Amino acid sequence: MTANSEENFLLLSGIQHFLFCKRQWALIHIEQQWEENVRTIEGQHIHQKADQPFIKETRTDKFIVRALPIKSKELGATGVCDVVEFKEDHNGVSIKGSSKKYIPVPIEYKRGKPKSDESDILQLVAQAICLEEMLLCEVRLGHIFYDQIKRRIEVPVNYSDRQKVREVFKEMHHYFYKRHTPRVKTGAFCKSCSLQNLCLPELMGKQAVSTYIERKISE
Amino acid sequence: MKKLLNTLFVTSPDVYLTLNGENIVVMKEKERIGRIPLHNLEAVYTFGYSGASPSLMGACAERSISLVFLTRNGRFLARVIGKSRGNVTLRKNQYRISEDENKSAEIARNFIVGKIYNNKWMLERATRDYPLRIDVQKFKDTSCHLSELLIQVRHTAKLDLLRGYEGQAAISYNEVFDQIILQQKEDFYFHRRSRRPPLDRVNAMLSFVYTLLSNDVAASLESVGLDAYVGFLHRDRPGRASLALDVMEELRGVYADRFVISLVNKKVVNKDDFFTKESGAVLMTDEARKKFLKHWQDRKQEKIKHPYIGEKISWGLVPYAQSMLLARYLRGDLDEYPPFLWK
Repeated sequence: MTANSEENFLLLSGIQHFLFCKRQWALIHIEQQWEENVRTIEGQHIHQKADQPFIKETRTDKFIVRALPIKSKELGATGVCDVVEFKEDHNGVSIKGSSKKYIPVPIEYKRGKPKSDESDILQLVAQAICLEEMLLCEVRLGHIFYDQIKRRIEVPVNYSDRQKVREVFKEMHHYFYKRHTPRVKTGAFCKSCSLQNLCLPELMGKQAVSTYIERKISE
Repeated sequence: MKKLLNTLFVTSPDVYLTLNGENIVVMKEKERIGRIPLHNLEAVYTFGYSGASPSLMGACAERSISLVFLTRNGRFLARVIGKSRGNVTLRKNQYRISEDENKSAEIARNFIVGKIYNNKWMLERATRDYPLRIDVQKFKDTSCHLSELLIQVRHTAKLDLLRGYEGQAAISYNEVFDQIILQQKEDFYFHRRSRRPPLDRVNAMLSFVYTLLSNDVAASLESVGLDAYVGFLHRDRPGRASLALDVMEELRGVYADRFVISLVNKKVVNKDDFFTKESGAVLMTDEARKKFLKHWQDRKQEKIKHPYIGEKISWGLVPYAQSMLLARYLRGDLDEYPPFLWK
């Protein structure tokens, strides 16, 4: 079983889950557990705008594609870009159906506001890696649109973030191959997790079951 | 823990259920007689012969709402099951352990530990609450016997031995069970378990409540990704939800039996709620079944503190909690399966 056969591709969006909590990622992607909460419903709502695969907008110096399916053999991942702007650029690549040359710029839609962690950025960088691989071009920047501030933030796609993305996917493939759901330390972040009802984080620090049974029986 | 939502019981035999937008619509002779939003529902039980539309079945499956078809008398017919939830690896683990008698026994004994423990404390509770009405000495003796069996079960690694101990425990418990029925003694009594058909009123109610409970347990097991038909204590038999029966063992006494007794002791039901067929089979009337379901629904809403998880949950979620703990054990998160030990 190899990570770069399409059969074993992981979902790009999983990188967010994985960086948030490895166990959450495993519950969703290995165990296929899912539960909606306010945050996930909000997220869906925001993506409705972006998720219109059959609309293509054309402006003077660019065209905009929504819900673009992408993949990367190197990462062993597949997913969908919310929005990709193809900007006219003579250093770019030719795109089928157009005589000009373009550079793709991925734009990811997110609920809330910019986060302190790097998960949004790394997800975008992963998308950039996919676009580069599929179009044979260089993607130097992307944007993240945050719903709460109604603005997009420019994200440079740099070397060290690319490396991080590669390492994270490697680790994800490792767990996925073993079908292993890691036990991780719990923390304040559990409160905002949509899977806390399935994960039962409180159980992590619980007494051994054998102790529980022995204690009860001897009562 | 997830939320306990409502259960819709459709007791008229001649209504048809359909889907309209996000609602379930109850039709009687082409007329709408009810309409309930699906997002409030956890389960739909229908007693009758008209059935439900395929689109409603699909909608229920998609939302993990368990849709159960029962005969007018409450015998189980079918349950609509959607896509398997969860990881196929978890199921394979379940199958692997189920094939291995020794490993099965390690889980099975904890179901039995739960059953005996809970029955023992039901008896202890009765001696405390009604010392003047029951034979306290007999109850204490039985409780002691159950305690001894509990220790033996705990150290048993063989399924057939386990079944032996369970059988002994059941005999002891059944011997005193009748004494917990403290009201309407002429009309309600328990001598032995009779199922096909139930031959007295208590057995009629027990059969009914076990059906309800086993469906709840089966639905919970499916919702955490386990196969309700592959058990550890109960071995495979076509059409039997063996794992649901396994997990149910620990809940029979403390959840189902206790509920039936409270209906009699609180005089919610009386002898007119039943009729006897020529064969001696005892059936519940439609009215009785409605009363029964209303109280069952109320019982499910009552809050308790889960003895292992330590969280406050409603009785109705206990099957779900146990299913989830079982899945956690099968995944290797827990050292043993923690039975629901209720005192």
